[in-house]
Amino acid sequence: MKVLTVNFLTCAVKTCKTSPEAFPLHFRDAELAQQDLEFNPEFIKNMLLRLDWNAFRVTTSELGFSTIPAEKPEGDALNDETLLRDLHKVLLETQVMEGKLVCGHCAHEYAIKEGIANFLLPNHLV
Amino acid sequence: MLPTPSTSHVSFDNVYEPAEDSFLLLDALSAPSETAFLQHRFPAATASSGAATPAPLVVEVGTGSGVVLAFVTAHAKTIFGHTNVLTLATDVNRFACEAAQRTVQTAIKDVCDSDTQTPTTSAAPASSAAFLSPVLSDLTSAIRPGEIDMLIFNPPYVPTEELPILPSTHSIDTSAGSNQGVSSHSIFERDSYLLSLSYAGGADGMETTDRLLEQIPTILHPERGVAYLLLCAQNRPEDVKARIRAWGNGWAAETVATSGKTAGWERLQIVRIWRP
Repeated sequence: MKVLTVNFLTCAVKTCKTSPEAFPLHFRDAELAQQDLEFNPEFIKNMLLRLDWNAFRVTTSELGFSTIPAEKPEGDALNDETLLRDLHKVLLETQVMEGKLVCGHCAHEYAIKEGIANFLLPNHLV
Repeated sequence: MLPTPSTSHVSFDNVYEPAEDSFLLLDALSAPSETAFLQHRFPAATASSGAATPAPLVVEVGTGSGVVLAFVTAHAKTIFGHTNVLTLATDVNRFACEAAQRTVQTAIKDVCDSDTQTPTTSAAPASSAAFLSPVLSDLTSAIRPGEIDMLIFNPPYVPTEELPILPSTHSIDTSAGSNQGVSSHSIFERDSYLLSLSYAGGADGMETTDRLLEQIPTILHPERGVAYLLLCAQNRPEDVKARIRAWGNGWAAETVATSGKTAGWERLQIVRIWRP
């Protein structure tokens, strides 16, 4: 799964949906892989408009990416090709292959195997 | 006509094989009337200022082989008029998630190869959207409310006496195929169960669809959101549309494609659900 995916996911447990702690889910023991994709600055600009930047900052710091600015780039900053290439690499080229996603509210762990996160719940949580 | 994504790598022992319903969705989503609607709703840039617009997130629920999402992903340029589009698939069947991942990646590569006329090893998304991931989950349970711009659902719509119980975290042993200790009988049982999840719809064939419909007002983006839902005649599509319109708040439901070729109980249609 691309790192960007986690910006759209939340805990599958119903009672966590309204909790701010259930987003973003936290990567644990993540094993990463790189996939080369063509750089498309227009795509990054459109995608940034819908990205939850604070959640993205949490995710990237957990995965060890340190070059992400504190504020979402706007205006002139969007012409900074180095920055857009960094974002392209983290958001689109970086895949999480193995590990877990953990809810900050209920602490439930969702296993990631071969790039696919398992959000099926155990019977007692359905 | 846009090429249909290849699913030759998929084992249809435990993943739904693309059929008339899948192809009706492909036809509907690539028809000029629907691409015009989508290009108006999800432009690459605002008409007035030319500024970038938020990249739409397309989610196919119960993706199965992934043929529909692969089609939308690979042909984003034709369908949306641009490729600033994100796609994601969900399914309760792990085999389907694995199959869909490969179907989408293969479709992206095939379109890329035919664009350049020379095979490439990198999946450069020249005509294609960005595929995020398959997610093993029930309907939209793992997706953050308000994030989905376009939802596609080809549900288990066949009326059946019982609805199969949904799999839980570890209830399906997907390794059994290569496990010497597991009998062919238990593999057959497992695969029959997984296939039943793809078609068995319970009362009126609507039990799973009704659960999805309940989620639509909160799961779709409040302004941009649109859903495409496949229904068969036994689902009482006119009643379904009337119920959606009764949600209020400007919700609309219209039939945008029908399959008239086969008369009888499995006559199919695609309903678009949105707030104009």
